[in-house]
Amino acid sequence: MAKSYYDPADLRKFGKITEWSEELGTKFFDYYGKVFEEGALSAREKSLIALAVAHTEKCPYCIDAYTKDGLQRGITKEEMMEAVHVGSAIKSGAVLVHGVQMMNKHDKLSM
Amino acid sequence: MATKSLKARQDELAGTNKQLEILNGGIFADGELPYFKDKIANIGHYPLKPKKLEILQINVGYMCNQVCEHCHVDAGPDRKEIMTRETMQQCLEVIKNTGAHTLDLTGGAPEMNPNFRWFVEEAAKAGIKDFIVRSNLTIIRANKKYYDLPEFFKKHNVHVISSMPHYTRGKTDKQRGDGVFDKSIKALQELNAVGYGMPDSSLRLDLVYNPSGAYLPGDQMALEADFKKALKEDFDIKFHNLFAITNLPISRFLDYLIASENYEDYMYSLVEAYNPAAVANVMCTNTISISWDGWLYDCDFNQMLDLKVASKIKHIKDYNEDILNDRNIIISQHCYGCTAGAGSSCQGTVA
Repeated sequence: MAKSYYDPADLRKFGKITEWSEELGTKFFDYYGKVFEEGALSAREKSLIALAVAHTEKCPYCIDAYTKDGLQRGITKEEMMEAVHVGSAIKSGAVLVHGVQMMNKHDKLSM
Repeated sequence: MATKSLKARQDELAGTNKQLEILNGGIFADGELPYFKDKIANIGHYPLKPKKLEILQINVGYMCNQVCEHCHVDAGPDRKEIMTRETMQQCLEVIKNTGAHTLDLTGGAPEMNPNFRWFVEEAAKAGIKDFIVRSNLTIIRANKKYYDLPEFFKKHNVHVISSMPHYTRGKTDKQRGDGVFDKSIKALQELNAVGYGMPDSSLRLDLVYNPSGAYLPGDQMALEADFKKALKEDFDIKFHNLFAITNLPISRFLDYLIASENYEDYMYSLVEAYNPAAVANVMCTNTISISWDGWLYDCDFNQMLDLKVASKIKHIKDYNEDILNDRNIIISQHCYGCTAGAGSSCQGTVA
């Protein structure tokens, strides 16, 4: 067993998930592949969304995967960083908007 | 960024034995990844055999005005290997009689060979259908004596294929050296000015895209659309097609992969992206590569690994297309570079 929870080399083994449950694994990877195809959104746009979500989910595998995917698509580092800021802004906005709840509660409890 | 070739630095990787030892050893010898030979044997393509010869690719020398970080030729200003007029004469005899429809001149910077113009003039007379010169673009702006190259190419109806790693300055200069982007843009504008790359023009101008790092090229058509849009909007530049070419793990790119600790991951990426459909059309099946000193190879990459054709005909002076076409193509693990994803060749994707 590895001494740490995350090993970069484990990303290569992701496909092996299917070996322990072929039906569910296959369904997942079929779905995953379909999601990232060109559609109403371009594959390029989807890659940037995935990069932003990879950060909000703090998934190191996804960050590695979608940084590389972006490079392969010719996405610039400026575009990647803007996507990360979008994720970051939503994440921090999601914290801050709860401030309204705090304000409501504060006012309700206060004379 | 390095300013000298691996050879001038007397780097261990300048030797082809060391490169082959790496490509045949490590994760492949351990059985972690399969040998290319076994992969293609599974689909009945081993030994790999040539099909009809379509392309004669001639490397007229390793001298170049640039020292690009990914260069599989290990080209640079310090490389003195240059094709002589005598070897060019032997090539011309072959060009006159070949069944190939494409002649592809490469280097280094082919324009730096002192006999380049004479060779182009003579070769153009053979009336070969598609006559390509692979130009790095900056050479056109490197010295006054090259300023008229666009006109020269036009006069001989040469098909120009030029390297352009990205449509942004930063990525281009990182791979190819400071100032390369601006010079390349200027050179493209000059090629456009004489008619190259215009939508209906017969003067073909194609671009080659190599990733600037340890990753594979994305979808060729999507990249072409991005390049066309950006170059048109930013610089009013037009071109015909973009060829996305995978960097093969040899020479300076191999050196980069090892130094940046990306070698194993990169080989995994290539093997994972292996596409059986690309195997049938890999360029070594329709190409002969000729080196500056007249030796024959299955492709430009095998040339740089000094893997001469497995045929009793090994040199241009003895050239015989029928005998050559009966050879087995020499392969190693670098070949995964040509079968990854949509496949890769000097003419772009193959699958």
